[in-house]
Amino acid sequence: MRMEKVLANRLLQLLLPFSLALLFTSLVLLWAGASPIEAYGNMLRGAFGSREKWADVLVAWVPLVLCGMGLAFTFTAGLWNIGIEGQMILGAIGATWVVRLLQLPSYLLLPASILSSLLAGALWSLVAGILRIYGKVHEIFAGLGLNFLAIGLTNYLIFGPWKQPGTATMSGTEVFPSQAQLPNFGGLALGPVEIGIAGMAIGLTAILLRGTLFGLKLNAIGRNRHAAFLMGLRIDRNLFTALALAGGMAGIAGGIQALGLFHRLIPSISSGYGYLAILVVLLTGSRVLWIAPVAFFFAAVIKGSLQLPIEMHLDSSLGGVLQGALVLSVMLFRGLQSRMLKEKE
Amino acid sequence: MDWNIGIRILSSILSESAPLVFAVIGETLTEKAGVINLSLDGSILLSAMIAFAVASLSGSLAAGFLCAMAVGGLIALIVVVGSIELRQDQVSIGFILTLVTTDLSSFLGNPFVRVPGPAVPPLPIPYLKEIPVLGPVLFNHNIVTYGSFVLIGLGWFWLFRTRPGLEVQAVGEHPAAAFARGMDVRRLRYAYTLVGGALVGIAGAGYSLNVKLGWSYQHTLGIGWIALAIVIFGGWNPLRAAMGTFLFGALQSMAGLFQGILPGVPMQAFQVAPFMLMIVVLVLVSSDLLDRFLGLLPEAVGRSLRGVIQVTPPSALGKPFERG
Repeated sequence: MRMEKVLANRLLQLLLPFSLALLFTSLVLLWAGASPIEAYGNMLRGAFGSREKWADVLVAWVPLVLCGMGLAFTFTAGLWNIGIEGQMILGAIGATWVVRLLQLPSYLLLPASILSSLLAGALWSLVAGILRIYGKVHEIFAGLGLNFLAIGLTNYLIFGPWKQPGTATMSGTEVFPSQAQLPNFGGLALGPVEIGIAGMAIGLTAILLRGTLFGLKLNAIGRNRHAAFLMGLRIDRNLFTALALAGGMAGIAGGIQALGLFHRLIPSISSGYGYLAILVVLLTGSRVLWIAPVAFFFAAVIKGSLQLPIEMHLDSSLGGVLQGALVLSVMLFRGLQSRMLKEKE
Repeated sequence: MDWNIGIRILSSILSESAPLVFAVIGETLTEKAGVINLSLDGSILLSAMIAFAVASLSGSLAAGFLCAMAVGGLIALIVVVGSIELRQDQVSIGFILTLVTTDLSSFLGNPFVRVPGPAVPPLPIPYLKEIPVLGPVLFNHNIVTYGSFVLIGLGWFWLFRTRPGLEVQAVGEHPAAAFARGMDVRRLRYAYTLVGGALVGIAGAGYSLNVKLGWSYQHTLGIGWIALAIVIFGGWNPLRAAMGTFLFGALQSMAGLFQGILPGVPMQAFQVAPFMLMIVVLVLVSSDLLDRFLGLLPEAVGRSLRGVIQVTPPSALGKPFERG
C-alpha cells in the first residue's frame, strides 16, 4: 500500500511538471503560428524515425553523459562548474592539436588525442579552480569568462594558424585524415569507442562518488565547507580534484565531438552540450544512475528539434525551451510540494 | 587630438552605455535587497527581442519598451517566487531562466532577424546643448540616455539618502533584524526584484531599439554576464556601478580604435577582451592579492586605496529568509 503511494507520488512529481513544460512549449508554438501536434510529431520522428536517427541520439548522449558525470563531482563538492562548456571546447582543441602534430597509426593516434583532450579539459578547469580558490572569483564568473575565451581561441585557430589551405572559413579546419577518425558502426555516426568511454565514465563516477572515501569527502565539503574544514579535510585539494575530473571528462566529450562526429575543429564544436549537461544535473542531482537516462531524453529532444527547421521552417531552439521549461517546472513543483507538506504539519 | 573628436567619443560612450546602466542599476537594486537575479543575460536577450518585435509590429516605441519591462519583470517574478515561496536555489533558477529565455529569443525572434525597424529618435535639449563641451557631451542624446543619467542619481539617492533605501539595505544585510524592526522582508524583496527586472527589460529594449538596432540571432549574448560582474565591481553602489559601466564603455571604444591601429592583433582577441577584463577586475576587487600589494605602501595610502577598490556584498545576498 505504501509502496504504491510512493510510486504514485514519484510519477506525479514527473508527470505534472512535464505536462506543464509541454503546455508552455505548445503555447510558444501556437504564438509562433505553428501546430504543436505537428511539431511534436516531427520531433519524435526526428529522434526515433530510423536506425540512423537512434544512432544520432546516442551520438549526442555520449558527450552529455560525460559532462553530466563530470558535473556530478563538482556539484557534489558544492561548485557551480559553469565552465564545463569551455572545458569541452578545450578538449576538442587538445585532440585537434595532437592530430595535427603527430603522424601515427590509428591505434596510437586515437588514444594519444583522447588523452590530450582529457588533459586540455582538466587544465582548463584548473584555471577556473585557481581563480576560485586563490583569486576568490566565483566559479560562475571565472567559468563563463573562460568559456568565452575558449570560443575566441577556437575561432582564432580556425581563422589563423589552423586555417584550411587557401581560405579560412566558418566550416572549420581541414578534415582529419582517416587514421584520426573514430571507427563507426557500419554507416552510422556512432562507434564503439564513444559508447565504451561513456560506460566507463558512468562506472567510474558511480564508484568514486558512492564507494570511496573521496566521494564521502566531496559530499562533506559540498554540504558544509566550513565544517569539513574544521574536521581537517583538505578543501582546496579536493576541490581541485573534483574540477580536474569534471574538466577531464568534459575534455574527452569535446575530443569525441572532433574525432568521432565532425572530424575537424569547428567554431561551435561543443554544441552547447556543456550548458545542457548542467540542466540535466540540476534535474537529477548528482545521482549517477539518473543522469544517464535523463541525458538520453535530452539528447532525443535535441536531435528531434533539428527536424523543425527542415520540416516546418521553425528554429531548432524550441528543444532548448522545452528542456529548460521542464527543469524549471520540476524544480518549482518540488518546492511547491514541500511547502504543502509543511503547511499540513 | 582634435577637441571635437574627444567630445564625440565621450558622448558616444555615454549613449552606448545607457542600456548597460539600466541593467547594472536594476540588478544592484535587486541584490541590495538580498536577491540574485542571475538570468540577466537571457532577460536582456528576450526583452530586446520582444521590444523590437512589438515596436516593429505596433509602430509604437513606447509599447516596445513597456513590453520589454513586462518581460524583465515576469522573469524576475519567477526568480522571486521560486526562491522566496518555493525555497529553491536562486542561482539554479537564474541559470535555467538564462538558458530558456535565450532559446525563446532565438525561437520567437526568428522571423525578425535582420528586418529593419524603428529607432529611438534623438532629443537634443534646447539651450543646454549649447553649453561648450558639456552641452554636446551630456545634452545631445535621446530619452534612453537621459533616463540612464536620471536613474544613476535617483538610484544612489534612493539607496543612501532615503528611509526606504535604508530599509532595503537592512533587508539585504540582516533580514532577521529588519524583520524584528517591523519591516516586511518578503514584500520588499518582491518589490526590488520586480523593479530590478523591469529595469533589465529596459536595458534589452535599449539595445534593440537604440544602440544595437534590430534583431539577430543571440543579439546581445554575453552582455548580461558583464552587467552582473559590473554590479560586483560597483560594490553594490549605483554611482560606482555607473562609473564601472562607463569605464567598460571607454575600454570598448578604445579597443575599437586599437583594432584599426594594430592589424596584427587577431580580431578574436578584441572579442574576448571584455570577458578577460571581467575576470581581472573581479580578481582585483575580491582577492587578497591586492591586499598584500597595498600592505607594501604607507599605511594611510594603503588603507584609503583599499577602501576605494575592495568591495563587500550585502551579507544576506542569495540567502533565503525563513520568517518573512
